[in-house]
Amino acid sequence: MTKQRFTLAAAVLALATTGAAWAQKSAADGIAEYRKMLEDGNPAELFEMKGQELWKQKRGPKNASLESCDLGKGPGVVKGAFVELPRYFADTQKVQDLETRLVSCMEMLQGFNAAEIAKTPFGRGEMANVTALATWIAAESRGMRFNLPQGHGEEQKSYEIGKRAFFYRGGPMDFSCASCHGVDGQRIRMQDLPNLTKNPGDGIGFAAWPAYRVSNGQMWSMQLRLNDCFRQQRFPYPGFGSEATVALGTYMGVNAKGAESIAPAIKR
Amino acid sequence: MADPMRIRAQAAGDKTTVRVLMSHEMETGQRKDSAGKTIPAWFIQEVTAAHNGKEVMTAQWGPSVAKNPFMQFVVKGAKAGDKITVSWVDNKGDKRTDEATVS
Repeated sequence: MTKQRFTLAAAVLALATTGAAWAQKSAADGIAEYRKMLEDGNPAELFEMKGQELWKQKRGPKNASLESCDLGKGPGVVKGAFVELPRYFADTQKVQDLETRLVSCMEMLQGFNAAEIAKTPFGRGEMANVTALATWIAAESRGMRFNLPQGHGEEQKSYEIGKRAFFYRGGPMDFSCASCHGVDGQRIRMQDLPNLTKNPGDGIGFAAWPAYRVSNGQMWSMQLRLNDCFRQQRFPYPGFGSEATVALGTYMGVNAKGAESIAPAIKR
Repeated sequence: MADPMRIRAQAAGDKTTVRVLMSHEMETGQRKDSAGKTIPAWFIQEVTAAHNGKEVMTAQWGPSVAKNPFMQFVVKGAKAGDKITVSWVDNKGDKRTDEATVS
């Protein structure tokens, strides 16, 4: 009798633990599993192909290719450039992220109007080309580890500005980036939010963008990702490639030192 | 003009797994634009696959297939070096054909 009761109790206990394990799996693990399944056919590859073509293609008023564009590692060097951006560029005398650097190259080499491109909405015209180029360039550094230079004074300044912007609270909800991304274990709806004040780990946060978003079928660059963070905070939209967005990139990139880049990733 | 597909064909034993990524809007015809006007339907209607020129699969697709679709299928008897051709035709008559070599 006693033994029987014990077995029953053990059975109930076993059931309870499996139940808990199942419930846990249905959240974060479920999303990870879903991403894993989608990884095989990540449509970001379509944008990679487009970007690779655009890099070599002679375009713009000057009918030139981007092949001599200096992304920080010398003219035309693409591999490894992504994991060292944003950085300071002597020719523009600015700290630039991948996208603003591409726009500068498009202006200097191909003769496009940088201000025109910056005003173009994401996913349209030349802006769509900038995103495709950024996707390909990021893909060329897949598996490499972030190592942003901080030797130049402007790069250190950019990091400090980024830090200030990250913790700056404002807007109708009195939000800052840090409200969601300042501590471990936060989430929005069912998505885990990385803590971006430190290295959040391989392929998380800064190391995952540009990414293809399955829910809306769009390729999202870092600039668009930041743009949407500002929208969610009910801040005014930041200008494309503005100092604040580049500085935030520097802040996240320097914090992610040593993290492996998986960009272009796939997101829900 | 349609963007190219990305086709990968990997042989294992006597079976070859073909994975295809297509670049297409796949508009359902149910959505409205910012002005409130219906966006006309625009989707891939027919997909065909051929192994060394011989048709091995046809598929009829509709508006419920996602944007930038991914398709995977297995071809029996395809060996390394064989050609796999995939084509699609959409409801506007636009078409695209791409070829890959089995590896």
